[in-house]
Amino acid sequence: MADIKPVATRPLPDLTEEDTRSFWAATNTQRFVYQQCGSCGMVVFYPRQHCTGCTTGRLEERTSVGKGTIYTYSVVRQSYHPFFRTQVPYVVAWIDLDEGPRFLSNVIGVTSPDLSLIGKRVEITWEGHEGVSIPLFKLI
Amino acid sequence: MGTQVRDAAIVGIHEFPSRDVKGRLSPLHIKAQSAARALDDAGLKWSDVDAIYDAGEGGGMLAGLTIAEYFGIRPNVIDTTAVGGSSYEFHAAHAKRDIAAGKAKVALLTYGSRAHSAAQRIGVGGRAAGRHPADNLDVFAGSTLVSNYALVAHRHMHQYGTTSAQLAEIPVATRYHAMRNPEAVQAMKDLEFLDIRETTVEDVLKSRMIADPLHLLECCMISDGGGAVVIASADVARNCRKKPVWILGSGEATKYPENGGDITISAAAQSGPSAFGEAGIQPSEIDIAMIYDSFSITVLTILEDLGFCPKGEGGRWVEGGILRFDHKGGPALNTDGGGLSSNHPGMRGIFLLIEAARQLRGESHSQVPGAQLAVAHGNGGMLGSRHAAGTIILGRD
Repeated sequence: MADIKPVATRPLPDLTEEDTRSFWAATNTQRFVYQQCGSCGMVVFYPRQHCTGCTTGRLEERTSVGKGTIYTYSVVRQSYHPFFRTQVPYVVAWIDLDEGPRFLSNVIGVTSPDLSLIGKRVEITWEGHEGVSIPLFKLI
Repeated sequence: MGTQVRDAAIVGIHEFPSRDVKGRLSPLHIKAQSAARALDDAGLKWSDVDAIYDAGEGGGMLAGLTIAEYFGIRPNVIDTTAVGGSSYEFHAAHAKRDIAAGKAKVALLTYGSRAHSAAQRIGVGGRAAGRHPADNLDVFAGSTLVSNYALVAHRHMHQYGTTSAQLAEIPVATRYHAMRNPEAVQAMKDLEFLDIRETTVEDVLKSRMIADPLHLLECCMISDGGGAVVIASADVARNCRKKPVWILGSGEATKYPENGGDITISAAAQSGPSAFGEAGIQPSEIDIAMIYDSFSITVLTILEDLGFCPKGEGGRWVEGGILRFDHKGGPALNTDGGGLSSNHPGMRGIFLLIEAARQLRGESHSQVPGAQLAVAHGNGGMLGSRHAAGTIILGRD
């Protein structure tokens, strides 16, 4: 018998990182949150403490409805990472959420990816882990 | 060209010849050996160096403190700008500025790496979480370095109709040049390339897909290596061994993901006009284009952004081999063989300056007769997310 190797798992975010911990905390209730400035209206993403549009505004937390459009994608066919090497081929994509944030994630359940994926509508599907949920996407 | 200021020139160059040091040399060894050879090339001594530029790959956070001691020099100017592979174009820009300001006369830029010996899986390895807020948001997605660039390529195809066959023209041109450069041929042997020969568009398209739409032959090598460049003031340059290669203009920029932004436009669209404007020349006057070729798409995007052709028309523009040194109609691209087929130890920007200087001296293995003007454009970081761009325009007397 071959050695029994520990099952490799998806790399998860550092839940203590100062700017992104509130984003990841919200995933436990399956909410995708982003920030918008109460003064100038700037949508800020990734999360920060300051508005990048003006110097005086306060950022307010908003929740996305979780739908968006594929801006661009690739299909990873080679990875040396212990988890991702078991997942190839898989789709990596920049998703433009309807509220503005552009987010890098995986689109799952795509059987034959081609250029027509760009512009396709997608929605969040949550992958649960201990202390965090990961927002993946599927075609609508 | 009446407004050009010729106050600083590349006077010494050295590209470390080996791409596989088998772990026996450190990055500092490579930097120091290269520096000594580049100073010899210029006819200068260690004690002539009064300004040092270092991206920190040999000394980390304290590079500015330790590198002068290692070399045994006492510089008046210390610049540790670290912007990945574009660091050396930033360094050249800063060296010209510091020399023009009278702060220094002889500037030394060095690079050393053993990315190959250390088996760094740069292209398709894993990435760590938590270094930066943005990285902490996407570490779960498993995007490799290659797929990061592939994201740009797919969007370029979608937006402009660019094809894989058009992208393949870039590695075909650089391999054409590499086969004329003995060090590049040796590099490919040392790194165990299969089937070392000139390639065709079909060869590229038949190589295996690493991350759609980028094929293996559209991806750069991972080598050991390094080099050095000496930049001097006009009065020093006039008395050096080799003809001066003047720094005529420079530009710097960064680009990062923005909500609703256009990923097909790189930071070159900001750094290019600054550099060409300062030099007072047009892209159409450029003989030699040394463009950071981490991947095919990097070059295509940057050629457009620098203004060699209108945005989105790069695919059609590169067709028919116009980037070859012996072909008219376009600049000669990466005449040393580039990162794709000669030398990429992780931060290739210094070789762009070195080969551009060789061309303007008449020393290249793929020499363009009478080459007068060159552009060296470094891209650091990742084209599909956050990156830095440094553009340097070079000219000879």
